[in-house]
Amino acid sequence: MAVELDVFVGNTTIMDEEVYQLWLDGYTVNDAVKVRMEGGVMDECEASADVLQSDTMDQYRTFQMCERLLHSPAKLANQLLFQIPPHRQAMLIERYYAFDDAFVREVLGKKLSKGTKKDLDDIGAKTGVTLKSCRRQFDNFKRVFKVVEELKGPLVENIRHHFLLSDKLARDYAAIVFFANNRFETGKRKLQYLTFQDFAFCAGQLINSWTVGALDNQVEDMDVDLDKEFLQELKELKILISDKDLLDQHKSLVCTALRGKTKAFNEMEANFKNLSRGLVNIAAKLTNTKDVRDFFIDLVEKFIEPCRSDRWTAGDMRLYLTHYTNSAHILDTFKHQVVWDRYMGVIKSCIFKMYHD
Amino acid sequence: MPGKLKAKIVAGRHLPVMDRASDLTDAFVEVKFGNTTFKTDVCPKSLNPQWNSEWFKFEVDDEDLQDEPLQITVLDHDTYSANDAIGKVYIDIDPLLYSEAASVISGWFPIYDTIHGIRGEINILVKVELFNDLNRFRQSSCGVKFFCTTAIPRCYRAAMVHGFVEELVVNEDPEYQWIDRIRTPRASNEARQRLISLMSGELQRKIGLKVLEMGGNAVVGYLQCFDLEGESGLVVRAIGTACTLDKLSSGSAPNTNTHIHPNTAPASNACNSPSKDGKEPVFGEDLPLSSGPPTPFRALPTSSSSPPPFSPCKPCSRQSSSSDTDLSLTPKTGMGSGGSAGKEAGPLKTLLRQQTQTALEQREFPFFTLTSFPAGFLVHVGGVVSARSVKLLDRIHNPDEPETRDAWWEEIRQEIKSHAKALGCHAVVGYSESTSICEEVCILSASGTAAILNPRYMREGCLDIGSTDHRFEEPSPPSCGFCHIPYDEFNMPFPAQLTYCYHCRRQKVPDVLFTTIDLPPEASVTGKGCLIQARLCRLKKKAQGEVNATAISNLLPFMEYELHTQLMNKLKLRSMNALFCLHIQISVGENMLLGLASATGVYLTALPAPGGIQIAGKTPGDLSNEHHILTIQKRINDTIAKNKELYQINPPELTEETVGSPIPEPRQRHRLLRSHSESSDELSELDLSHGKKDAFVLEIDDTDALEDIHSLLTDASPPTGFYSCNTEIMPGIFNWTSGVQMFTSVRVLRLSNANLTNQGLNKTFTDLCENLLKSFYFKLRSMIPCCLCHLKFTVAVPEEELIQVTVTAVAMTFDKDQSQEKLTEKPTTKGSTETEEQLQFPLELSTDLSTNMQTSNKISGTVSLLTPAAKLYQNQLIMVHSAGVPESTTVSPRAASVDYGSFADRCSTWLELLKMKAHTIRRGSVKTISSLDRSSPLPEGRSRSLRSNRSFGGSSVPVVKMTPVSFLPGTRIIKYLGIINMFFIRETTSLREEGGISGFLHSFIAEVFAMVRAHVAALGGNAVVSYSMKECVLMENPNKNQAQCLINVSGDAVICVRETDQEPPSVANIGQTCCSSADGAT
Repeated sequence: MAVELDVFVGNTTIMDEEVYQLWLDGYTVNDAVKVRMEGGVMDECEASADVLQSDTMDQYRTFQMCERLLHSPAKLANQLLFQIPPHRQAMLIERYYAFDDAFVREVLGKKLSKGTKKDLDDIGAKTGVTLKSCRRQFDNFKRVFKVVEELKGPLVENIRHHFLLSDKLARDYAAIVFFANNRFETGKRKLQYLTFQDFAFCAGQLINSWTVGALDNQVEDMDVDLDKEFLQELKELKILISDKDLLDQHKSLVCTALRGKTKAFNEMEANFKNLSRGLVNIAAKLTNTKDVRDFFIDLVEKFIEPCRSDRWTAGDMRLYLTHYTNSAHILDTFKHQVVWDRYMGVIKSCIFKMYHD
Repeated sequence: MPGKLKAKIVAGRHLPVMDRASDLTDAFVEVKFGNTTFKTDVCPKSLNPQWNSEWFKFEVDDEDLQDEPLQITVLDHDTYSANDAIGKVYIDIDPLLYSEAASVISGWFPIYDTIHGIRGEINILVKVELFNDLNRFRQSSCGVKFFCTTAIPRCYRAAMVHGFVEELVVNEDPEYQWIDRIRTPRASNEARQRLISLMSGELQRKIGLKVLEMGGNAVVGYLQCFDLEGESGLVVRAIGTACTLDKLSSGSAPNTNTHIHPNTAPASNACNSPSKDGKEPVFGEDLPLSSGPPTPFRALPTSSSSPPPFSPCKPCSRQSSSSDTDLSLTPKTGMGSGGSAGKEAGPLKTLLRQQTQTALEQREFPFFTLTSFPAGFLVHVGGVVSARSVKLLDRIHNPDEPETRDAWWEEIRQEIKSHAKALGCHAVVGYSESTSICEEVCILSASGTAAILNPRYMREGCLDIGSTDHRFEEPSPPSCGFCHIPYDEFNMPFPAQLTYCYHCRRQKVPDVLFTTIDLPPEASVTGKGCLIQARLCRLKKKAQGEVNATAISNLLPFMEYELHTQLMNKLKLRSMNALFCLHIQISVGENMLLGLASATGVYLTALPAPGGIQIAGKTPGDLSNEHHILTIQKRINDTIAKNKELYQINPPELTEETVGSPIPEPRQRHRLLRSHSESSDELSELDLSHGKKDAFVLEIDDTDALEDIHSLLTDASPPTGFYSCNTEIMPGIFNWTSGVQMFTSVRVLRLSNANLTNQGLNKTFTDLCENLLKSFYFKLRSMIPCCLCHLKFTVAVPEEELIQVTVTAVAMTFDKDQSQEKLTEKPTTKGSTETEEQLQFPLELSTDLSTNMQTSNKISGTVSLLTPAAKLYQNQLIMVHSAGVPESTTVSPRAASVDYGSFADRCSTWLELLKMKAHTIRRGSVKTISSLDRSSPLPEGRSRSLRSNRSFGGSSVPVVKMTPVSFLPGTRIIKYLGIINMFFIRETTSLREEGGISGFLHSFIAEVFAMVRAHVAALGGNAVVSYSMKECVLMENPNKNQAQCLINVSGDAVICVRETDQEPPSVANIGQTCCSSADGAT
């Protein structure tokens, strides 16, 4: 006596948000039923395990049928197959494109290729995210990447418009696309302490200030590629460390400003040249793609780690970087103020974000 | 050249990729009507092509316009090979042919392919220019409106109800033609879809012609069905009720009429009670009758061009058999009174009968497919009449002469008619027909409710009865009048226990009433109703041909009896006394028969309270057994008590005094006590009272009976916050809010060989139905408090070990707080109190009359009390009649047929007389005032829920609501756009890839919904009412990875606006102009 067929179709498509989440999380029907039973839905309507099983199956089927539409969310609004109220549509899309920070952290900056996809089971095992869910998230990244790759205009806007996502989620996707495109190294052990949100913030900074789109907003790939001219100009900053006088002058200006304002003053003074060399060298090397990839690791190794070993507080960091940036303006032989500001503006906010345990 | 059809192809979107190389499609469109085809240009390399074609014009006969669908095919152009079809859209242009319905079809339609399902959408514009045709002998019937709704549609008034129309057309099924062996499945499916579309168009046209001949302008309660007879062909048949409908001007609000009413009170009787306030605006429109000229007058001018008033719907009568011969056809009516010829017990009744009889006797079949009626239309209801017959199918040799099938139905209808006669009724309402086919065996079933109708709505004699004879005709109040027995109480067609009406105290009512109609709006109900189902499986041996047919016909009476007993038991268990919308389906499979009876049980205030259920053991000596019985008895009593509470059944009789009752009531004292008694003293006393018991006795003599009782008690009541019924709306709930969720659910169970016993099967089947209901409750829990309305279960045995149950229903939300508030204030329904108000006057007026009546009744009352009846065996007695019928079985050598009688659907229980004092009625009328005051909070609740609805707007796809009920709560239908009648086939050869059989069907049903919605939206509508899925035939072959499914759906496309909203002026104008132009046309 087996149920051979069991379907339930409503004129308005019935979707349970809880079951949707379980489906997104990659639970099998049986596991989902278990979770729901533990959740206590059964008591709600004197339901039995059979009822729950049948309901879960139905919903899973509905979601599977909807999945095709969710791949191009704009279709969901003008398809005729499912009658779904707009606010439910928005929920479906938002949740479908939501991702686990733990998972995205693993693939951030990796090439969204078949090779990476093969490693998803390892990532799944490591992060505790089911393989199914990993695949969905990975495919979402890839899909968004593919679509916006060929579009003109601001990246975040494009994502939001094309995938009907909330502003927050669109920004996160922009970060993912940006990282994937520039292949930033994020997997090194030293970077493990950084969360996806740290990176996403940095990506936002980079997109806003360092890409082509920061100047001209009608270029293709404007928000995805870094501004090559700007990177070239960054080489000019080398003068800050190669010119001995300039370096000393800069140091004394910064030290004067900092004296007595922080406990870590001595360490700052002692490390100034090292730190400055670190930051300027990063800038100077950014013309190399390889060094662009190592941008974050360089920031950590050359700047954050020394400061951390000297036990700077976040306040110290803020104070130091502010004066370090501003003092350069006073240097009369230093002519590259605009480039310096564009560079340091991003560096400053990235380091602020990244300077934590 | 009476019509010009114009079509324009605008654009496509979401097309599938047809060219793998470019990932694009070069689409073009073929537009075909009849034998003419046009093509658009190819729109190269686009998945969202813009054709923006010219207007393709077809000049055609209106006959073709009615029969043919517009066929639109989207193809992918291929330079080197044949063009690939992407999919098709069939557009039924019938809605464009009524002058007042839609004027244009415009919108996005899903492109449908029978193999791949929906593949993108296409935007189409269709218009029709009709030229006036003065040809009297025309074959078309353009302009006749069709409604699936089994009531007078909401924005119309019935000027006249003409009666029954039927037609059937037959053809060979393309699936079984030789050519099918060489063509692709797609071609075969499309041939079938097209053929059925053509056949239903033809059928509709032919029915329309009959309606025109009768002088009507519309068909209400149009029910079209397909019989897929396999090798022997394809039958499309339809029945309906011809009416003359007048469109109500949109300005006239129903409420204004209620104010006129008090003036007309002296003349008020059953015919002009007001409807429930605002809920059914149409029925309220009867009222101007008494103040203005009577309806018939008004109706006459419009139909003056049509044949003389006495035309007895000739087109229907293929065989000219008079009603007298009908009686002689049926031997078993000997037991009944033989219609009006019985003893003249109630002179008034006879008078009435004579009058209406003249009106109806002219018709061959005084049948009405309607299930709800204008107030006062129904005078009395006799009970359910049904007939079944088993036939062997043979090939239809000549499609143009569908005589065999016609004759079969003719036979059944005659049977039904004679049953109705036996019940003293001249008409059958809530009439429907169905078939169940397995291989070459076919069970034809028909059922309805025998009734006496108010002749005012018939053409003949309406004038005099309508005005002069009012008072004599029917002194009973409308809220209980329909319960009063139509048959002669001294010569009852079946044993039944009669009592005086608990409402008016003047006429006899039966103890239990079964009907196939909806609860009349004026009926007074105590508490709430609930869905009651009887389920049954019977194994049978596999056999062929006649042997098989005989085996089935032998089983049928037993099944029907058992279903009946189950229904009765369940009704008692819920402490209710009437069933509405009773629908009994018997499905035949190769090795079993399935029976499913669904109905909505209610407690009619006018009927006596049902007794409890008494358990009796056969072996009184056995102590353990005795104990066992006591436990069961206790469980039953507990269940009854629980149900009473659950359904809020607390009839007023509890407080009522016996002193001073005009009717002697010797046995009242035990009533309440006994139904709950367990002591043996009481039992013995029961036996002493010459077999007079109030309780229904179940005897436990074997395990079977025990099982029955267990199954009786296993029916779970719906969880808190839920109600369920198969009527349009739940009796006892009034404050519907706008939340509506229509759904279809299908479940197929594969039986394992192990439990192929009747017992095991019964349990399996019962569990299947119960689990389905549980699933619904669970799925719809977010809508609580809500009611599942119009639950329609359909069972089938698609293969040897499969049971398929298909359910379509709608969940409607209501405002709980208000309902409770109402309940605490008055236990009876609003309908009742309202009608009571108007009742009062005629009651007082006719005191003289009623005293006379009471004296006569007194005598009859005592007589009926003395009537000895073998309570327990009554069912069996009835059975003897019906089982005896198969003598008429051996009809033709080829077609073994079995007819067996209606059971008149009542089993008797012993209930005592009870009376109601006049002051109770008055109390009711006082309450009416408060109920009127209370009408104000209603709109609040509605607007609240509507507000929540508002957020649904703004989608680029228009929202189309669907409901099997004839209205949408919180809204007003302002326009009917035409009938939706669609037939789809879907087939797959990659079943696994589509998610198995469930995935396949799930997407197909979703696709069907989508196509219905798209068609309605294109007509300019925003809802489908009276939606039903009439056919869902599923065949699978998992080994071959194949499946095929056929679905037929129908409904009425409408435009509705929120009740609180003022109609948009533009629409109102259109409505008016349409209305006037329609008048001009007729």
